Amino acid sequence: MMNRREFCKKAMIVVGGIALPLTALEVFNPTRLQAEKEGTGKVRWAFLVDTQKCVGCGFCVKACKIENEIPYDANVTRTWVERYVVTRDGTTHIDSPKGARDGFTTAKIDQNSDGMLEVPPADIEKAFFVPKLCNQCDNPPCVQVCPVGATYQTADGVVLVDRSWCIGCGYCIMGCPYSVRFFHPVYHVAEKCNFCYHRISQGMKTACVDACPFGARRIGNLRNPDDPVTKVIMTERVNVLKEEYGTKPQVFYLGLSKEVK
Amino acid sequence: MVHGEVWTIKEFFVYPNEYIYWSIQIVMYPFMTGLVAGAFVLSSLYHVFGVKQLKEIARFSLVFSLALLPVAMMPLLLHLQQPFRGINVLMTPHFTSAIAAFGIVFTTYGMIVASEIWFVYRRFIVESILALRGKPEKSAVDSLRLAIYTVLAMGAMDLSAEALHKDERAVGRLAAIGIPVACFLHGYAGFIFGSVKANALWMTPLMPVIFICSAVVSGIALCMITYIVTMEIRKLLLTWKRKDNPWLPATDDLKSAEVQVVTMTAKYLVMFLFLAITLELLDLIFRGYTAVRSWDILRSVIYEKDFTKIFILQYGLGNLVPFILFLTPRLTVRRAALGSLLVLLGVFMMRWNVVIGGQAFSASFAGFMEYRLPVWPDSLETFKEGLFGALTVIVTPFVLFFLVTRVLPVFGVKDSH
Repeated sequence: MMNRREFCKKAMIVVGGIALPLTALEVFNPTRLQAEKEGTGKVRWAFLVDTQKCVGCGFCVKACKIENEIPYDANVTRTWVERYVVTRDGTTHIDSPKGARDGFTTAKIDQNSDGMLEVPPADIEKAFFVPKLCNQCDNPPCVQVCPVGATYQTADGVVLVDRSWCIGCGYCIMGCPYSVRFFHPVYHVAEKCNFCYHRISQGMKTACVDACPFGARRIGNLRNPDDPVTKVIMTERVNVLKEEYGTKPQVFYLGLSKEVK
Repeated sequence: MVHGEVWTIKEFFVYPNEYIYWSIQIVMYPFMTGLVAGAFVLSSLYHVFGVKQLKEIARFSLVFSLALLPVAMMPLLLHLQQPFRGINVLMTPHFTSAIAAFGIVFTTYGMIVASEIWFVYRRFIVESILALRGKPEKSAVDSLRLAIYTVLAMGAMDLSAEALHKDERAVGRLAAIGIPVACFLHGYAGFIFGSVKANALWMTPLMPVIFICSAVVSGIALCMITYIVTMEIRKLLLTWKRKDNPWLPATDDLKSAEVQVVTMTAKYLVMFLFLAITLELLDLIFRGYTAVRSWDILRSVIYEKDFTKIFILQYGLGNLVPFILFLTPRLTVRRAALGSLLVLLGVFMMRWNVVIGGQAFSASFAGFMEYRLPVWPDSLETFKEGLFGALTVIVTPFVLFFLVTRVLPVFGVKDSH
């Protein structure tokens, strides 16, 4: 016969044993951690943006929205193009109306609630366009903060979202310094650019790369030294966005100016 | 409409996907957990450190902390885009995320509070069972109460001096373990914000400590107000009863007890308030002094856009005025009540200024976002993340407190401790 104290003790042990989540055991698997971190695979996707070639036509944004089924008129987008206008007095004006889905149809700068700003052409010192997309960071803060592991990094470096598991807390959206994440208006889960993973894993280019008429956007495999994109990244003067956050972004820019945020 | 678009107004350049994603419910979340933690710490001052003057309010705040506990989770569920998947946090916790620990910390804390209350009330429960059993004729309510108490007693009917002494020891131990856990529960809410490196306003290691201090402040303030209100009601009831039964004790006893408890509690409130403000100001001064890249935009948010919310409502009305009210000699109950209300406003505004203020500027540092709280709900989203959703969260603990005290009364009970 078991007395109450013993029963309680045994019950605690059994409950504790059952409750111990299996995922906790997984955390301590060093080989898997190693594989995830180092990624010894043959592919590491990287992106190259040549800002000198971008004219702000917005074909990439349009193509992305259609390809990835982001509602066309919703004010969110997986990729966008920013316009920078620097005046003689050193002020920088930036805009990206509707993510530049329809390109830049007016010379006026969209200041959101502050209306449209007209900058006299004579005052403009320099102006240029910068396409933006997910940086598929090597140290992705969004993956780190996801409480349920619904967003994860694949072996080839792309960060994906599991739409069936995301709880929609928005922590990843807050954690991304580049603000590339948003809630999908239809699925109501976190959404982001994934380098058109369904295309690149089938040997195709991303929708935006295919849509760009000027070759401003290119995608390549960093682990292949003969890849033309890798060659440019290795041999030319490239830069990345917001390096100070320690995210190790894998979208490289040619001709990046200091004004770019 | 995209989530967040309804209540976000963008000014100048803001990235296309940026909206105020964390809205009123995320303001409510740290506010409510803060109240839970604060109420518990207040009760522990008596149970652990033996501050005798707080005996009356200790039991009160312990039960109140139980009533607040489920409400700490409510704003999170109201905020989630997929509330039915909230359980995933417990099923597949991803431990690199600060939020993943929520389930574990929260249930640990819940168990500690529940078991402490059980030990505190065991004597009362057993005595109630014996009294109810002894009644020759039981009404339906009596039978129901007997059933509830019998379940709550869990078969532990021993009321010997030895058993009661064991209860007392258990309460002391649980309260002692409870303090760090309560602080962890809330400090960890601070960590959720403080560790977001993408947010210039949030990222500071001081965040968890600031959160704990303001949590204790708000918890004490809320307990004090609720205590004062219930005492006033009791006094009213007593005066009303005395009309027919003049032999009942006068209200003076209650009144002097009330003043004593309030004065003592106010001392602890001022202490923690002082600590909280010191840390907050330290953070602000440090940011201004080091003036890293984000300071330009932070300065315009703190000193221009949010000036009223930060310096008038939070520091002025919410901190400075209560300081004067509490520190002026001869504290009265009415003044303490006003001071506590203002303190609650101050802490709420602090949460608001952190959560909403942290999203008041774009990550591009080139534009601003303004939050317009949805008032009249025209969709589920504007209800959940609007004024009425927040009010639901505020009202629930009081309803729960009322229900819990039907079973476990907080006044005039002989406890095991």
